[in-house]
Amino acid sequence: MEERKPAGGGDLDKGEEFLQIFYKGAEFTKELMRENEKLRYKVLQLEEAASSGSDGPSGGERVAFLENRITLLEKDKERLLKRHEEIEKENQDFADRYVEVQEENNNLANLYIASHQLHSTLDYQEVLRVILEIVINLVGAETFCIMLLDEKQEAMTTVAAEGIESGQIERIPIGSGLIGQVARTGEPFFADNLELHQEVDLQEPIACVPLTINDTVIGLLVIYNLLTQKECFKGIDFELFNLLAGHAATAIYSADLYSRSERKLSTIQGFLNLLSEAPSQHTHR
Amino acid sequence: MAKHNILIVEDSPTMRQLIKFSLKRISDCNLVEASDGVDGWKKLSTTEFDLVLTDINMPVMDGLKLVSLIRNDDKKGEIPIIIITTEGAEEDKKRGLALGANDYIAKPIQSHTLLEVVKKYLNGG
Repeated sequence: MEERKPAGGGDLDKGEEFLQIFYKGAEFTKELMRENEKLRYKVLQLEEAASSGSDGPSGGERVAFLENRITLLEKDKERLLKRHEEIEKENQDFADRYVEVQEENNNLANLYIASHQLHSTLDYQEVLRVILEIVINLVGAETFCIMLLDEKQEAMTTVAAEGIESGQIERIPIGSGLIGQVARTGEPFFADNLELHQEVDLQEPIACVPLTINDTVIGLLVIYNLLTQKECFKGIDFELFNLLAGHAATAIYSADLYSRSERKLSTIQGFLNLLSEAPSQHTHR
Repeated sequence: MAKHNILIVEDSPTMRQLIKFSLKRISDCNLVEASDGVDGWKKLSTTEFDLVLTDINMPVMDGLKLVSLIRNDDKKGEIPIIIITTEGAEEDKKRGLALGANDYIAKPIQSHTLLEVVKKYLNGG
């Protein structure tokens, strides 16, 4: 005989399943409530401990501790700010020093180049050209001339000029006027206020530098005005003038001696050639 | 790193030496000298340059003519050009800039000014 399942058995299974889920939910809720109770108890305990001060330092102590800490930190901050200021000052010093060194380097380069160029040739005209170049490019002069001593005439004569024709500048007797005085004394002259010398006045230069060899003036560098963007002479200009005073003089003197000796040599050579040819011509006759 | 080729066109040996002395402080820098505009133009046709520094007043061919030639050339037209002027030559400066020069330096040259300007154009202006 076939066993029959009671009608509606599937619905019963589902109900059982639902009940079990419900019980589990109820159990979980109870557990949560217990946990909640425990936590509330702990919070109460902590609140009590905090109000009674039984655990850790008191409020006053904590305030004192924190105030002390703030004071220490303030001091630290002050110290650090002071150090920061010191370092900034040091940085500024280094920056200033760097600019100074750079300027010094620039000056040395100018002096080196000027000196190198002055002694790079023994050609008289080339030496004069180099001096003109130095004064234009390194000093920044616009109108100036180089005068040399004419010992027979006891006067200074112009041998090269820039910004003005050499012929326009008259021969200046030693001791006459400002230029003649510099030639006589060997003391350089620099005008105090360059603004008063905007126009070129051939009797009133803004600078007159004697070119000397062993304290003997052999020539002058006479400057009448500077390039418009150059307002005044700077430290390096005076150093360049010092260099020119000695080196330009020796360069001019050496080149002059060399060209004279060359001329003499060619004259002597010509004379010797004539002498050596003369006997042979005589014997041919 | 590629070297920077700089052409210095200047008739004065003193100035050329001064410029070279200053620019030697730039690393990876190859300096080529020319004594006038024609010499400069010849060198420009054989070598690629990153910068041209040129004086204005020079014999044979002046700096203004050189600036004009460079700017009107298809290949070299973009090379940065810095002109070197003496004062009292305000007109030359204006003409140089109008012709296409990028910048100018007035004589007497200060080493640090020259370096600043040159570095500016080597780094792309």
